[in-house]
Amino acid sequence: MLLEAEGLVGGRGGHPLFGPLSLALAAGGALKVTGPNGAGKSTLLRLFAGLLVPMGGVVRANAALRYLGHHDAVKPAMTVFENLVFWRRFYGSDAAAAALVEVGLDRLAATPARYLSAGQRRRLALARALDPAAPIWLLDEPTNGLDADSVGRLEAALARHRSAGGATIVATHASLALPEATMLELGLT
Amino acid sequence: MTAFLVLIRRDLALSARQAADALVAVMFAVLVVVLFPFGVGPEADILSRVSAGVVWVAALLAALLSLDRLFQADHDDGSLEQLALGPLPLWALSLAKAAAHWLVTGLPLIVAAPILALMLQMPASGLSTLVLAMALGTPCFSLLGAIGAALVLGARRGGVLVAFLILPLTIPVLIFGAAATEAALTGQEAAPHLMLLGAFLLTSLALAPAAAAAGLRQALG
Repeated sequence: MLLEAEGLVGGRGGHPLFGPLSLALAAGGALKVTGPNGAGKSTLLRLFAGLLVPMGGVVRANAALRYLGHHDAVKPAMTVFENLVFWRRFYGSDAAAAALVEVGLDRLAATPARYLSAGQRRRLALARALDPAAPIWLLDEPTNGLDADSVGRLEAALARHRSAGGATIVATHASLALPEATMLELGLT
Repeated sequence: MTAFLVLIRRDLALSARQAADALVAVMFAVLVVVLFPFGVGPEADILSRVSAGVVWVAALLAALLSLDRLFQADHDDGSLEQLALGPLPLWALSLAKAAAHWLVTGLPLIVAAPILALMLQMPASGLSTLVLAMALGTPCFSLLGAIGAALVLGARRGGVLVAFLILPLTIPVLIFGAAATEAALTGQEAAPHLMLLGAFLLTSLALAPAAAAAGLRQALG
Protein backbone atom coordinates (compact mmCIF):
# COMPACT_ATOMS: atom_id res chain seq x y z
CA MET A 1 0.00 0.00 0.00
CA LEU A 2 1.41 3.40 -0.96
CA LEU A 3 -0.94 5.45 1.20
CA GLU A 4 -2.72 4.32 4.34
CA ALA A 5 -5.00 5.96 6.88
CA GLU A 6 -6.57 4.26 9.88
CA GLY A 7 -9.18 5.94 12.04
CA LEU A 8 -7.89 9.25 10.75
CA VAL A 9 -9.45 12.35 12.28
CA GLY A 10 -8.39 15.65 10.78
CA GLY A 11 -9.20 19.15 11.86
CA ARG A 12 -8.09 22.74 12.00
CA GLY A 13 -7.56 24.86 15.07
CA GLY A 14 -8.65 22.08 17.43
CA HIS A 15 -11.99 21.48 15.66
CA PRO A 16 -12.42 18.09 13.99
CA LEU A 17 -13.53 18.39 10.35
CA PHE A 18 -13.85 14.77 9.26
CA GLY A 19 -13.26 11.23 10.36
CA PRO A 20 -12.61 8.80 11.67
CA LEU A 21 -11.89 7.48 8.21
CA SER A 22 -9.81 4.56 7.00
CA LEU A 23 -8.53 4.12 3.50
CA ALA A 24 -5.69 2.55 1.59
CA LEU A 25 -4.37 3.33 -1.85
CA ALA A 26 -2.29 0.81 -3.78
CA ALA A 27 -0.05 1.32 -6.80
CA GLY A 28 -2.15 2.51 -9.71
CA GLY A 29 -4.87 3.76 -7.41
CA ALA A 30 -6.51 7.16 -7.35
CA LEU A 31 -8.69 8.91 -4.81
CA LYS A 32 -10.88 11.84 -5.75
CA VAL A 33 -11.87 13.99 -2.81
CA THR A 34 -14.90 16.25 -3.20
CA GLY A 35 -17.02 18.28 -0.85
CA PRO A 36 -18.09 21.83 -0.07
CA ASN A 37 -15.66 24.58 0.94
CA GLY A 38 -14.33 24.02 4.41
CA ALA A 39 -15.11 20.30 4.48
CA GLY A 40 -11.45 19.44 5.02
CA LYS A 41 -10.21 18.44 1.55
CA SER A 42 -7.00 20.45 1.83
CA THR A 43 -6.56 19.30 5.42
CA LEU A 44 -6.76 15.67 4.28
CA LEU A 45 -4.07 16.25 1.66
CA ARG A 46 -1.83 18.12 4.08
CA LEU A 47 -2.20 15.25 6.56
CA PHE A 48 -1.01 12.77 3.94
CA ALA A 49 1.84 15.11 3.00
CA GLY A 50 2.93 15.24 6.64
CA LEU A 51 2.47 19.00 6.91
CA LEU A 52 -0.24 18.55 9.56
CA VAL A 53 -0.49 16.23 12.54
CA PRO A 54 -3.70 14.16 12.78
CA MET A 55 -6.09 14.81 15.68
CA GLY A 56 -6.55 11.06 15.91
CA GLY A 57 -5.60 7.85 14.15
CA VAL A 58 -2.60 7.28 11.93
CA VAL A 59 -1.69 8.35 8.42
CA ARG A 60 1.17 6.88 6.42
CA ALA A 61 2.78 7.61 3.07
CA ASN A 62 5.09 4.72 2.22
CA ALA A 63 6.95 6.29 -0.70
CA ALA A 64 8.31 9.61 -1.90
CA LEU A 65 5.57 12.13 -2.59
CA ARG A 66 4.99 15.45 -4.32
CA TYR A 67 2.40 17.90 -3.08
CA LEU A 68 0.66 20.66 -5.00
CA GLY A 69 -0.93 23.16 -2.63
CA HIS A 70 -2.93 26.33 -3.15
CA HIS A 71 0.25 28.35 -3.64
CA ASP A 72 2.37 27.79 -6.72
CA ALA A 73 5.82 28.20 -5.09
CA VAL A 74 7.07 30.03 -8.18
CA LYS A 75 9.84 32.64 -7.85
CA PRO A 76 9.07 35.56 -10.20
CA ALA A 77 12.75 36.54 -10.50
CA MET A 78 13.78 33.15 -11.93
CA THR A 79 12.95 31.81 -15.37
CA VAL A 80 10.40 29.05 -15.89
CA PHE A 81 13.13 26.47 -16.40
CA GLU A 82 15.21 27.65 -13.42
CA ASN A 83 12.16 27.37 -11.17
CA LEU A 84 11.57 23.78 -12.21
CA VAL A 85 15.24 22.79 -12.11
CA PHE A 86 15.64 24.18 -8.60
CA TRP A 87 12.83 22.01 -7.21
CA ARG A 88 13.90 18.91 -9.10
CA ARG A 89 17.50 19.25 -7.84
CA PHE A 90 16.33 20.05 -4.33
CA TYR A 91 14.25 16.85 -4.24
CA GLY A 92 17.13 14.95 -5.81
CA SER A 93 15.29 13.86 -8.95
CA ASP A 94 16.15 14.43 -12.59
CA ALA A 95 15.79 17.92 -13.95
CA ALA A 96 13.71 16.84 -16.90
CA ALA A 97 12.88 19.38 -19.57
CA ALA A 98 10.22 16.84 -20.56
CA ALA A 99 8.14 18.04 -17.60
CA LEU A 100 7.76 21.44 -19.26
CA VAL A 101 6.60 19.82 -22.49
CA GLU A 102 4.03 17.86 -20.49
CA VAL A 103 2.39 21.05 -19.21
CA GLY A 104 2.91 22.95 -22.47
CA LEU A 105 5.40 25.49 -21.12
CA ASP A 106 8.46 24.38 -23.12
CA ARG A 107 8.32 27.46 -25.37
CA LEU A 108 8.37 29.73 -22.31
CA ALA A 109 11.32 27.97 -20.65
CA ALA A 110 13.61 31.00 -20.74
CA THR A 111 10.92 33.52 -19.76
CA PRO A 112 11.13 35.03 -16.27
CA ALA A 113 8.26 33.63 -14.25
CA ARG A 114 7.01 37.12 -13.39
CA TYR A 115 5.57 37.37 -16.92
CA LEU A 116 3.44 34.24 -16.57
CA SER A 117 -0.33 34.38 -16.30
CA ALA A 118 -2.06 32.76 -13.32
CA GLY A 119 -2.86 29.67 -15.37
CA GLN A 120 0.70 29.38 -16.66
CA ARG A 121 2.05 29.70 -13.12
CA ARG A 122 -0.29 26.90 -12.09
CA ARG A 123 1.06 24.77 -14.93
CA LEU A 124 4.62 25.45 -13.77
CA ALA A 125 3.62 24.32 -10.27
CA LEU A 126 2.09 21.21 -11.84
CA ALA A 127 5.34 20.52 -13.71
CA ARG A 128 7.07 20.49 -10.32
CA ALA A 129 4.48 18.22 -8.71
CA LEU A 130 4.07 15.77 -11.61
CA ASP A 131 7.48 14.24 -10.94
CA PRO A 132 7.79 10.66 -12.21
CA ALA A 133 10.48 10.00 -9.57
CA ALA A 134 7.87 10.19 -6.82
CA PRO A 135 5.19 7.45 -6.72
CA ILE A 136 2.67 9.56 -4.79
CA TRP A 137 1.12 12.76 -6.12
CA LEU A 138 -1.09 14.83 -3.82
CA LEU A 139 -2.87 17.48 -5.85
CA ASP A 140 -5.02 20.17 -4.23
CA GLU A 141 -7.31 21.83 -6.79
CA PRO A 142 -4.86 21.17 -9.64
CA THR A 143 -7.21 22.57 -12.28
CA ASN A 144 -7.43 26.07 -10.79
CA GLY A 145 -6.94 28.53 -13.62
CA LEU A 146 -6.25 25.84 -16.23
CA ASP A 147 -7.73 25.92 -19.73
CA ALA A 148 -9.41 22.89 -21.29
CA ASP A 149 -6.26 21.78 -23.14
CA SER A 150 -4.23 21.83 -19.95
CA VAL A 151 -6.87 19.85 -18.06
CA GLY A 152 -6.69 17.24 -20.83
CA ARG A 153 -2.90 17.09 -20.51
CA LEU A 154 -3.23 16.74 -16.73
CA GLU A 155 -5.66 13.82 -17.14
CA ALA A 156 -3.24 12.15 -19.54
CA ALA A 157 -0.32 12.64 -17.14
CA LEU A 158 -2.33 11.17 -14.26
CA ALA A 159 -3.30 8.15 -16.35
CA ARG A 160 0.33 7.58 -17.39
CA HIS A 161 1.53 7.91 -13.80
CA ARG A 162 -1.03 5.37 -12.54
CA SER A 163 -0.22 2.84 -15.24
CA ALA A 164 3.47 3.21 -14.26
CA GLY A 165 2.62 2.20 -10.70
CA GLY A 166 1.97 5.57 -9.09
CA ALA A 167 -0.94 6.66 -6.95
CA THR A 168 -2.65 10.00 -6.61
CA ILE A 169 -5.09 11.86 -4.39
CA VAL A 170 -6.83 14.76 -6.08
CA ALA A 171 -9.04 17.23 -4.27
CA THR A 172 -11.16 19.13 -6.73
CA HIS A 173 -14.46 20.83 -7.49
CA ALA A 174 -13.96 20.60 -11.21
CA SER A 175 -14.82 17.65 -13.41
CA LEU A 176 -11.53 15.85 -13.84
CA ALA A 177 -11.60 12.44 -15.48
CA LEU A 178 -10.02 9.90 -13.15
CA PRO A 179 -11.10 6.45 -14.39
CA GLU A 180 -11.82 3.90 -11.66
CA ALA A 181 -10.93 6.35 -8.92
CA THR A 182 -12.18 5.82 -5.40
CA MET A 183 -14.56 8.65 -4.53
CA LEU A 184 -14.51 10.31 -1.15
CA GLU A 185 -17.08 12.96 -0.40
CA LEU A 186 -16.43 15.01 2.69
CA GLY A 187 -19.41 16.78 4.24
CA LEU A 188 -19.73 19.64 6.64
CA THR A 189 -19.99 18.51 10.24
CA MET B 1 24.09 17.82 1.36
CA THR B 2 23.27 18.46 -2.29
CA ALA B 3 19.86 19.86 -1.39
CA PHE B 4 21.54 22.09 1.22
CA LEU B 5 23.88 23.60 -1.37
CA VAL B 6 21.16 23.81 -4.02
CA LEU B 7 19.04 25.88 -1.63
CA ILE B 8 21.91 28.23 -0.76
CA ARG B 9 22.72 28.67 -4.42
CA ARG B 10 19.10 29.52 -5.24
CA ASP B 11 18.97 32.12 -2.46
CA LEU B 12 22.21 33.69 -3.70
CA ALA B 13 20.90 33.75 -7.26
CA LEU B 14 17.67 35.41 -6.11
CA SER B 15 19.66 38.02 -4.16
CA ALA B 16 21.86 38.67 -7.18
CA ARG B 17 18.76 39.30 -9.31
CA GLN B 18 17.42 41.69 -6.71
CA ALA B 19 20.76 43.37 -6.07
CA ALA B 20 19.08 46.43 -4.55
CA ASP B 21 17.71 44.25 -1.71
CA ALA B 22 21.14 42.79 -1.07
CA LEU B 23 22.94 46.12 -1.01
CA VAL B 24 20.43 47.75 1.32
CA ALA B 25 22.20 46.35 4.40
CA VAL B 26 25.64 47.69 3.51
CA MET B 27 24.26 51.03 2.32
CA PHE B 28 22.39 51.38 5.59
CA ALA B 29 25.58 50.77 7.60
CA VAL B 30 27.44 53.30 5.45
CA LEU B 31 24.69 55.89 5.99
CA VAL B 32 24.73 55.45 9.76
CA VAL B 33 28.50 55.85 9.87
CA VAL B 34 28.50 58.84 7.52
CA LEU B 35 25.81 60.60 9.54
CA PHE B 36 27.48 59.97 12.88
CA PRO B 37 30.15 62.72 12.67
CA PHE B 38 27.39 65.26 11.95
CA GLY B 39 25.88 64.36 15.30
CA VAL B 40 28.95 64.26 17.52
CA GLY B 41 31.21 66.68 15.69
CA PRO B 42 34.31 66.11 13.56
CA GLU B 43 36.98 65.95 16.32
CA ALA B 44 39.25 63.04 15.44
CA ASP B 45 39.87 61.82 18.99
CA ILE B 46 36.14 61.69 19.87
CA LEU B 47 35.36 59.82 16.66
CA SER B 48 38.19 57.34 17.05
CA ARG B 49 37.14 56.65 20.65
CA VAL B 50 33.59 55.64 19.61
CA SER B 51 34.51 54.16 16.22
CA ALA B 52 34.49 50.49 17.28
CA GLY B 53 31.11 50.76 18.96
CA VAL B 54 29.53 52.71 16.11
CA VAL B 55 30.69 50.26 13.44
CA TRP B 56 29.33 47.34 15.47
CA VAL B 57 25.95 48.95 16.13
CA ALA B 58 25.67 49.94 12.46
CA ALA B 59 26.49 46.37 11.39
CA LEU B 60 23.95 44.89 13.81
CA LEU B 61 21.13 47.20 12.71
CA ALA B 62 22.01 46.63 9.05
CA ALA B 63 21.84 42.86 9.51
CA LEU B 64 18.49 43.20 11.30
CA LEU B 65 17.05 45.23 8.45
CA SER B 66 16.70 42.26 6.11
CA LEU B 67 16.02 39.55 8.68
CA ASP B 68 12.23 39.61 8.60
CA ARG B 69 12.36 38.54 4.94
CA LEU B 70 14.50 35.49 5.73
CA PHE B 71 11.56 33.06 5.61
CA GLN B 72 8.70 35.42 4.80
CA ALA B 73 9.01 35.38 1.00
CA ASP B 74 9.16 31.58 0.91
CA HIS B 75 6.25 31.40 3.34
CA ASP B 76 4.07 33.73 1.29
CA ASP B 77 4.49 32.03 -2.09
CA GLY B 78 4.17 28.46 -0.79
CA SER B 79 7.84 27.59 -1.23
CA LEU B 80 8.30 26.99 2.49
CA GLU B 81 5.89 24.04 2.63
CA GLN B 82 7.51 22.60 -0.49
CA LEU B 83 10.94 23.02 1.11
CA ALA B 84 9.66 21.31 4.26
CA LEU B 85 8.58 18.30 2.18
CA GLY B 86 12.07 17.96 0.70
CA PRO B 87 14.95 15.83 1.93
CA LEU B 88 16.28 18.38 4.45
CA PRO B 89 15.14 18.39 8.08
CA LEU B 90 13.81 21.77 9.20
CA TRP B 91 16.96 22.61 11.18
CA ALA B 92 19.12 22.11 8.07
CA LEU B 93 16.68 24.26 6.13
CA SER B 94 17.09 27.04 8.72
CA LEU B 95 20.85 26.66 8.63
CA ALA B 96 20.92 26.94 4.83
CA LYS B 97 18.71 30.04 4.89
CA ALA B 98 20.87 31.64 7.61
CA ALA B 99 24.04 30.80 5.66
CA ALA B 100 22.63 32.44 2.53
CA HIS B 101 21.60 35.48 4.58
CA TRP B 102 25.10 35.77 6.00
CA LEU B 103 26.72 35.49 2.56
CA VAL B 104 24.47 38.27 1.24
CA THR B 105 24.57 40.70 4.19
CA GLY B 106 27.30 39.59 6.62
CA LEU B 107 30.14 39.17 4.16
CA PRO B 108 29.74 42.62 2.54
CA LEU B 109 29.57 44.13 6.05
CA ILE B 110 32.89 42.50 6.96
CA VAL B 111 34.45 43.93 3.80
CA ALA B 112 32.98 47.37 4.48
CA ALA B 113 33.88 47.44 8.18
CA PRO B 114 37.52 48.59 7.88
CA ILE B 115 36.55 51.34 5.47
CA LEU B 116 33.79 52.52 7.79
CA ALA B 117 36.22 52.39 10.71
CA LEU B 118 38.75 54.53 8.83
CA MET B 119 36.02 57.05 8.09
CA LEU B 120 35.63 57.32 11.88
CA GLN B 121 39.39 57.86 12.35
CA MET B 122 40.06 54.44 13.88
CA PRO B 123 43.85 53.90 14.07
CA ALA B 124 45.09 51.22 11.69
CA SER B 125 46.25 49.07 14.61
CA GLY B 126 42.62 48.08 15.38
CA LEU B 127 41.49 47.17 11.87
CA SER B 128 42.63 43.56 11.69
CA THR B 129 41.02 42.76 15.04
CA LEU B 130 37.84 44.52 13.93
CA VAL B 131 37.63 42.38 10.78
CA LEU B 132 38.35 39.20 12.74
CA ALA B 133 35.71 40.04 15.34
CA MET B 134 33.19 40.88 12.61
CA ALA B 135 33.90 37.56 10.93
CA LEU B 136 32.96 35.82 14.19
CA GLY B 137 30.09 38.13 15.09
CA THR B 138 28.10 38.60 11.88
CA PRO B 139 27.26 34.88 11.49
CA CYS B 140 25.73 35.08 14.99
CA PHE B 141 23.40 37.84 13.74
CA SER B 142 22.19 35.65 10.87
CA LEU B 143 21.81 32.52 13.04
CA LEU B 144 19.99 34.27 15.89
CA GLY B 145 17.99 36.23 13.35
CA ALA B 146 16.69 33.01 11.82
CA ILE B 147 15.01 32.22 15.17
CA GLY B 148 13.21 35.55 15.16
CA ALA B 149 12.34 35.35 11.47
CA ALA B 150 10.79 31.89 11.97
CA LEU B 151 8.84 32.98 15.05
CA VAL B 152 7.22 36.02 13.42
CA LEU B 153 6.05 34.18 10.27
CA GLY B 154 2.47 35.17 9.60
CA ALA B 155 2.57 38.07 12.05
CA ARG B 156 1.90 41.63 10.93
CA ARG B 157 4.73 44.13 11.46
CA GLY B 158 7.14 41.21 11.60
CA GLY B 159 10.21 43.38 11.12
CA VAL B 160 9.71 45.29 14.36
CA LEU B 161 8.92 42.08 16.22
CA VAL B 162 12.12 40.44 14.99
CA ALA B 163 14.10 43.39 16.32
CA PHE B 164 12.44 43.10 19.75
CA LEU B 165 13.02 39.36 19.87
CA ILE B 166 16.57 39.28 18.58
CA LEU B 167 18.29 42.43 19.84
CA PRO B 168 18.56 41.21 23.47
CA LEU B 169 20.18 37.98 22.26
CA THR B 170 22.78 39.86 20.24
CA ILE B 171 24.00 42.04 23.11
CA PRO B 172 26.87 39.65 24.04
CA VAL B 173 28.13 39.81 20.44
CA LEU B 174 28.04 43.59 20.56
CA ILE B 175 29.86 43.75 23.92
CA PHE B 176 32.67 41.36 23.09
CA GLY B 177 32.96 42.50 19.48
CA ALA B 178 33.46 46.13 20.47
CA ALA B 179 35.64 45.14 23.45
CA ALA B 180 37.99 43.09 21.24
CA THR B 181 38.60 46.07 18.94
CA GLU B 182 38.93 48.41 21.92
CA ALA B 183 41.53 46.11 23.46
CA ALA B 184 43.56 46.00 20.26
CA LEU B 185 43.49 49.81 20.08
CA THR B 186 44.68 50.28 23.66
CA GLY B 187 47.41 47.70 23.33
CA GLN B 188 45.73 45.05 25.46
CA GLU B 189 45.09 41.40 24.70
CA ALA B 190 42.17 40.98 22.27
CA ALA B 191 42.29 37.18 22.25
CA PRO B 192 39.99 36.53 25.27
CA HIS B 193 37.23 38.63 23.71
CA LEU B 194 37.65 36.91 20.36
CA MET B 195 37.52 33.50 22.03
CA LEU B 196 34.28 34.41 23.79
CA LEU B 197 32.89 35.57 20.43
CA GLY B 198 33.94 32.26 18.92
CA ALA B 199 32.27 30.37 21.75
CA PHE B 200 29.10 32.37 21.21
CA LEU B 201 29.22 31.59 17.49
CA LEU B 202 29.60 27.85 18.12
CA THR B 203 26.73 27.90 20.61
CA SER B 204 24.49 29.73 18.14
CA LEU B 205 25.52 27.33 15.41
CA ALA B 206 24.44 24.38 17.54
CA LEU B 207 21.24 25.78 19.06
CA ALA B 208 19.80 28.43 16.73
CA PRO B 209 18.86 26.14 13.79
CA ALA B 210 16.93 23.84 16.14
CA ALA B 211 15.09 26.80 17.68
CA ALA B 212 14.29 28.22 14.25
CA ALA B 213 13.02 24.79 13.16
CA ALA B 214 10.56 24.80 16.06
CA GLY B 215 9.30 28.19 14.87
CA LEU B 216 8.93 26.91 11.30
CA ARG B 217 6.98 23.85 12.46
CA GLN B 218 4.57 26.18 14.21
CA ALA B 219 4.14 28.28 11.07
CA LEU B 220 3.56 25.26 8.80
CA GLY B 221 1.01 23.48 11.01
